[in-house]
This record gives sequence, structure tokens and C-alpha cells, in this order.
Amino acid sequence: MRTLLALPVALPLLGAAVSLIFRGRRVAQRAIGIVAVASTVVVSLAILVRVEADGPQATQAGNLAAPFGITLVADLFSAMMLVVSSVMLLAVLVYAIGQRGTDEEAGVFHPVYLVLAAGVGLSFLAGDLFDLFVAFEVMLTSSYVLITLGASRAQVRSGMTYVVISLFASVLFLLVIGFIYAATGTLNFADLASKIEAVPSGIRTAMALMVFVVFGIKAAIFPLFFWLPDSYPTAPTPITAIFAGLLTKVGVYAIIRTETLLFFPDLERVSTFVLVIAGLTMVVGVLGAIAQNDIKRILSFHIVSQIGYMILGLGFFTVAGLAGAIFYIVHHIVVKTSLFLVGGLVEHGTGTGALAKVAGLAKRSPLLALLFLVPALSLAGVPPFSGFVAKLALLEAGFAVDQWVVVGVSLVVSALTLFSMTKIWSGVFWGEVEPAVEPGNLRLRAPRLMTLSTAVLVVCTLAITVAARPIFDLSTRAATDLVDPRAYVREVTGR
Amino acid sequence: MSAALAIGAGALVACGTYLVLQRTLTRVIIGFALLAHGANLVLLAAGGRAGRPPIVGGDPGPLADPLAQAMILTAIVITFGVTAFMLALAYRSWQLSHDDLVEDDLEDRRIARLGNETGPE
Repeated sequence: MRTLLALPVALPLLGAAVSLIFRGRRVAQRAIGIVAVASTVVVSLAILVRVEADGPQATQAGNLAAPFGITLVADLFSAMMLVVSSVMLLAVLVYAIGQRGTDEEAGVFHPVYLVLAAGVGLSFLAGDLFDLFVAFEVMLTSSYVLITLGASRAQVRSGMTYVVISLFASVLFLLVIGFIYAATGTLNFADLASKIEAVPSGIRTAMALMVFVVFGIKAAIFPLFFWLPDSYPTAPTPITAIFAGLLTKVGVYAIIRTETLLFFPDLERVSTFVLVIAGLTMVVGVLGAIAQNDIKRILSFHIVSQIGYMILGLGFFTVAGLAGAIFYIVHHIVVKTSLFLVGGLVEHGTGTGALAKVAGLAKRSPLLALLFLVPALSLAGVPPFSGFVAKLALLEAGFAVDQWVVVGVSLVVSALTLFSMTKIWSGVFWGEVEPAVEPGNLRLRAPRLMTLSTAVLVVCTLAITVAARPIFDLSTRAATDLVDPRAYVREVTGR
Repeated sequence: MSAALAIGAGALVACGTYLVLQRTLTRVIIGFALLAHGANLVLLAAGGRAGRPPIVGGDPGPLADPLAQAMILTAIVITFGVTAFMLALAYRSWQLSHDDLVEDDLEDRRIARLGNETGPE
């Protein structure tokens, strides 16, 4: 188990190093990238199977005992996140290879992408706060490079906003780490879980809220989301897709991990506040999406809106709510990534993603229309797709704690989501073919690899629907472990 | 926590926040460096009182906390790398626009344009 837990971080990092050596040789770099990410998928699956059978697993780097060394921990929640994220990383890498031009820039795309993969893996496995900080920095620094890879004017402008706001959050994170260390003398999650009780409750609530703000910026919750719709759409599609699918969700993961393990009773006292934030995030995000008229920008605002649902699950402070949130994250990562990939295919085929300039794509490529329709309906929560299951779980959790208002808001937001998906559908896929093409040239051409990886992800969203029961049971078990972290603490500290 | 460290950290964070809110990229970068220094000072203060001996030899008395310093070192390295990246980005921005100012948000510009088109002459 010892080495197995380190592999999701070590494999991509090793791949990045080897990939740098082969700079300039595109085929070799592609092969290294695929091998590194594919083996990460296998390792993540192995970790999930092991954790599912034997409970949380921990490993101490360099054999330093728990509160002092670097601890890697995998419980069900992090193992599930690892599996989903590594599958996304693989699919998007295949897509990027299929899209001409993405990985040709100066030969640094592959190494940086692999470092991003390592950072995402480490975030899910980190067993103490400072580790989590380092993991975030690894992930974000590579994301800075990826988002400004083209170094065009738009990318530099929005990249600067993204870098500055992320760094500000990182400095805040460092300050919180200092405060928590001063108050408790430890940063290890498992150790903190027992020691934080000695801290006066007012200070604990302040820390809980500071952590909420820090990860709230990364997760793009209201009112800290403004950087996201501005910066994401400027990057090339594969990069936007992986950012949309993973980065904000790592922020949500960190919120759920810290707030449940360390501050559960403290944040529960301010649960109304969390629910209000969740509701506002949903509403503002979806209203922003409705006002947009470009596929990527619409989808970017929907990320914000959907983050609200995940925070909503946390805001109920019950096992059912958390289970709903975890299921929602799994579903959302797959659906959002595939929607962005479809958006990329539209842009690739027609040269633009502006709703006003494209029309009639359903005639030019029925397959593409289908690939959009399934995740779009799923995102809006139309039965029987995976989004319906996720939203139903959250609704039931909300009814159980009598939070009628926010549940009502989430239903209205679902309807508005459906509305803005219909807007893309009627704008891009229906109507007369636009921009005009020769009759013989009607079929929309797309590189096979791009269509293939998009199709695989769409099949994945369908698979989540079919396997909703087992995945939801797994989420419920993961949520139970989050609320009652005794097994987690025992595995790390041996007590 | 010593008063000097607390005041120093507060002053650094205050100056850093002020500079990050400016429109000039170089000021933003310097502001960010100040913010990071402030955070490092907080970490240092979190490590306990000054003046204790380091962990060497067999002195059984209270020792200085090495963990806080290890964390500061890591944080310094990370900030250093990111500051270098930001400087490169600011240079690129200057190359493209010959200007050190942060440009307006895309959305803001669109809304401003809409206002100009439909508003009173």
C-alpha cells in the first residue's frame, strides 16, 4: 500500500521529467503522456478497490511518524475523486493530441499537463494542511502556464487576472495555516481533528470561515467567482475543459474535506450562511449564463452555478446531504468536461463558438448534436440522466432537514439551466446551416481522436446513470466516513 | 507572539493589499511579494517564542520549532517561482501593448460599449 498511494503523484511527475527530455519529439512526448496518465488511472482504480475493501489507507513519507512527516491518506471520498479525475485527465489528453496545434507549442504542453495531473492527485491524497497548500501550488502553477501557453493578448490579460486572484487566495491560505498552527501546534488533518476541540469555539468558527473563503476563491463560489468566466474561455479547448472539470472541484473537495474533518460542529452553527451562499452561487451563476451568447462563456458560468449545488449538499450538514454533494461532484466532473469538449468540436468545425454565427449543426453532424444533447440534459437534471439522480439526492436531503426555500431555489435554477442549454441547442444545432457551406461539403469534419474521447466521456455520463445505485451507495459510505472520521484518524495516527 | 512580529506582519499585509489593488502590473507583483512576506512572518510567529536553541545536541530545555521554518522555506521557494512567472507575464503584456496597466475586463468593456450605443447622445 505504501508505494501504491504515492504513485498517483509520482507517476505523472516522472512522466513530466521524461517528457521534458524528449522535448521537440512530439510522438515520444505523446506516448509518454498517455502511458503516465493511463497508468495513473489503473493505480487510482487499485486504490479505490483497496480502500473500498479495507477502509482508509495512509502512508508516511520517509517513515516519519504521523503529525511530523508528510502523510498521504486515501479514504473513499479521495479515492473516488482520484479515479474520476484521472479518467478525465486521460480523455482530455487524447482530445488534446487529436486537436492539431494544442501540444505543439514549444514542447512544454505535455510536461506541464503531467505536473498538473500530479498536483491534482496530491490534492486528493494530502493528509495535512501544508501538503494541501503545496499540492494546490503545484496544480495552480501548472495551470498558470497552461492558460497563458499561447501568450496572445487575450490570454495574457485574462491570465493575469487568474494568476493574481489565485495567488491572493494562496497567501490567505498560508495565513490560515499560520493561525491554525499557532492555535494547535499541528497541521496534520487526523491530529488536528482531535486537537482542534481545545481551541475556543469563537476562534474555531473564524478559522472555519477563513478556510471557507480561501477554498471558496478556488472553487468559485459567490461572491468570489468573477475571475472564472473571464479567464477560462480564453484558453484552448482541452485546457479549458480540464480546468472546468477538475480545478474548481478540487477546491470543493478541499472545502468538504477541511470543513467536515476539522470544523463540523463550528460550521454547522453557521449553516444558514452556507445555504445562502450556495443559493446565491446557483442563481447568480445561471443568470450570468443566460446573459451570454458564446458556448464557452455560457458553460463557464454554468460551472459557477453548479458549484452552488455542491455547497448546498455541504450546507445541509447531514450524511444524506454530503452523499448528494459527492455524487454531484462525480457526475458534474464528467458532464462538464464532455460539454466543453463538444463546445471545442463546434469551434473546431466552424471556427467560432458565438451562438449568432453558427446554426444548423444538427444537419451537418447528427453525432455531434447527440454528443451535446446527452450531457446538456444531464446538466439540467432531466430524468433519466445522471444529473437527475444527483439533484434528486440533494432534494431529498433538503426535504429531510426542512430547507424548503433553498430547495425551491435549486429547482428554479435547474429550469433556468435547461433554458440556457436550449438556447445553445436552438442557436447552434437547429435552423438553416450557417455559416453557409457548399452542398457537397455539408458533413462537419472533426479529427477522429477528438470525437472519440468526447464520445467516451458521454458514454461515461450514461454509465453513471446506469450504475447510479452502486455509485450512490459508495458516496453514502464516503459521506458517513466524513462525518465520523474515527477510522481515518486511527489509520493515520495509529490511535 | 512578539509585538514586533505582529505589527510587521500587519504592516506588510496592509501594504501588500493596497498595492495588489493598483492597476499597474509591477505594483501588483511587488504587492504580492509583500503579502507573501507578511504570511511568512505569521508562520514564523506561529512557531513560538524567539531566542530558543535549535534542535542540536542533547539540551533538554525548550527548543525552537523547526517545522515553522521548514514551512517558511517551502513558501519562499514557491513565491519565488510564481513571482518570476508573473514578471515574465507582465513583460509579455508590455511587449503586446506597450503598457503596464491591467486592461479592463472584457465584459465591462462590452457593457460600456452597449451603454454608448443605446444611451443618450
